Amino acid sequence: MKKITLAHGSGGKLMQDLIKGLFIKNLDNPFLGKLGDAAIIKYGVRELAYTTDSFVVKPLFFPGGDIGKLSICGTVNDLAVSGAVPKYLSCGMIVEDGFSYSDLERITISIKNVCETAGVSVVAGDFKVVEKNSVDGIFINTSGIGEVLRDSDVSIPRIKPGDKIIISGTIGEHAASILLAREDLKFKARISSDCAPLNGLVSSIICRDIKFMRDPTRGGVATTLNEISLSSGYDIAIEEAAIPIKKSVRTLCEILGFDPLYMANEGKLIAIVSKNSAANILSKMKKHALGKNAGIIGEVRKDRDKKVYLKTHSGGARILEMSVGEQLPRIC
Amino acid sequence: MKYMDEFRNPEVADKISSLIRKEAEGLGSVKFMEVCGTHTMAVERFGIRSGLPGNISLISGPGCPVCVTPKDYIDKAIALAGLKDIIIVSFGDMLKVPGTSSSLLKEKAKGRVKIVYSPLDALELAEKNKDKKIVFLGIGFETTAPAVAAAIKCAKNKKLKNFFVYSGHKVMPPAMRLLAKDRLINIRGFLCPAHVSAIIGFKPYADISRKYGIACVISGFEPLDILQSILMLLRQVISGKAKVENQYMRVVKPSGNSKAQRLIYEVFSPKDSDWRGLGIIAKSGLALSKKYADFDIENNINMPEVKTSIDKRCICGSVLKGIKTPLECALFSKKCTPLNPQGACMVSSEGTCSAYYRYKR
Repeated sequence: MKKITLAHGSGGKLMQDLIKGLFIKNLDNPFLGKLGDAAIIKYGVRELAYTTDSFVVKPLFFPGGDIGKLSICGTVNDLAVSGAVPKYLSCGMIVEDGFSYSDLERITISIKNVCETAGVSVVAGDFKVVEKNSVDGIFINTSGIGEVLRDSDVSIPRIKPGDKIIISGTIGEHAASILLAREDLKFKARISSDCAPLNGLVSSIICRDIKFMRDPTRGGVATTLNEISLSSGYDIAIEEAAIPIKKSVRTLCEILGFDPLYMANEGKLIAIVSKNSAANILSKMKKHALGKNAGIIGEVRKDRDKKVYLKTHSGGARILEMSVGEQLPRIC
Repeated sequence: MKYMDEFRNPEVADKISSLIRKEAEGLGSVKFMEVCGTHTMAVERFGIRSGLPGNISLISGPGCPVCVTPKDYIDKAIALAGLKDIIIVSFGDMLKVPGTSSSLLKEKAKGRVKIVYSPLDALELAEKNKDKKIVFLGIGFETTAPAVAAAIKCAKNKKLKNFFVYSGHKVMPPAMRLLAKDRLINIRGFLCPAHVSAIIGFKPYADISRKYGIACVISGFEPLDILQSILMLLRQVISGKAKVENQYMRVVKPSGNSKAQRLIYEVFSPKDSDWRGLGIIAKSGLALSKKYADFDIENNINMPEVKTSIDKRCICGSVLKGIKTPLECALFSKKCTPLNPQGACMVSSEGTCSAYYRYKR
């Protein structure tokens, strides 16, 4: 009997197969079929972006954020990278019997704070309590509506060979902070999640020379670039030495045998931009607090093997695969 | 970053690569085997092969402990996880390997399997869950065996009654000797494992180079370590004098770590062991010794009967030895894929079959 496993939810190949083989197969329509971060809906003369996301993080509170902040940032960022100004959010919570009131309050206040930062409002909500152990503490779903920016024109078909790939900052911090916050790992280092709303950063750089954006969450930069390569049809080449990463994250990855390119981010975006405007967009990005460590990490190639290539630190080359499941620490 | 960036310097890497290319010119084809799984991983990760000349091939040996663990062991571990009062505790990468009808990752979803980063964490779980039997899956070579041995000793000192080990531990030299003896494979040099050597020292490799004329270089894990070691192997091949050399001097000492060696052989004793892809190799495994039999799960409960089905068409043994390519296997890319691996070479993402699946189909 076929069963759903954790690997189906970790953003890699299994999840792609599930999306295509089950969800698209049954629910397909011109909006969903695009598999974008948000659906773009024409409404009169304007365009609206609409998206949803669910959050099941453990632990609920971690350095740099909590499930509340995460649930707002996730939806805000999906709208932002679709070239929209996030406006209205819904928020549904499923909480288990016996959940601490003060934790719920802490999560709600965190939601309030990040909504203020992002300039969005929660305009609809739902709250359910289920029997103890039916959920792990609290699960949150948010959905959001945004208005597509006039200067925005982001879509996969605009990606062309020669385009540059920009990452807005250091990678892997969210996954690293969650790993450290789980009590089974006894590292003394403290790494904060990068969890942050990206709409301010997007507004500061948006222009027609930005051809596509996506936030590399689950599955990390490697998986996001593979998705972009698959849907655009072009190869992508990136340079390991150009990828910004904090020393603490890099060290943790070395110890555990993890590849930071596959680790989740919650406050970073990848932008595919035209070659000639790359330097200009990068300098605008660097002026924003959330983009100060941004860098150009590679480019779109003309070959159409739909592969992502990595030039390694030491000068070698390898193919960067889409992730196929959870990363697990290696024995040897 | 100390000990990382220095050993990844692209200019130096380029220099060594050009020396390798120059010295290998006109040499005919030369096959080296990197024995250790972490070497395989590093070779892949740093794109080492892309800098080597066409006549030098690196084949991946049996040094990934997870890959060489037989399916039967995994089936038994899964069956144990299904028993009342048992919690299976394991290193992370063991969980991905499928058994006959399930995998430990699927069992983890039911809460019967926990991942730890150190065997001592398993001990702590035992102390916290006195009503449960904590069974640690002892997997790995001479590198992990001392840590597991230390945990077992510690459990004895603490008089823990609910901590057990299911030992699938293996030792490296017997497998290397088996591969060295096999003329069909024709390995000219071993990139000897780094951490295993840190424990066992040089001695076990001496007869491999002497008896079989195979170059042995103990190599570190960074790109410059590996490239330098390949150059050292190459120079041995050119000179025609096989010997044991140590590239990883900053860690490996000639006599190894005698304290760890003593610990291994106090807690474990050698036994014949089944290697996925290679079969049973005499004295290549470690079972708990009599003195510590109380901590051996196989000695303390009736081990569940399992029906392990192995597809006889799997040619992993030959692929592992570099005699056949995955394309010659009837299962390859049909019944055997990275998501549903049948043999050792598909289990590890760096295994030969897995690499072929991704790049050469």
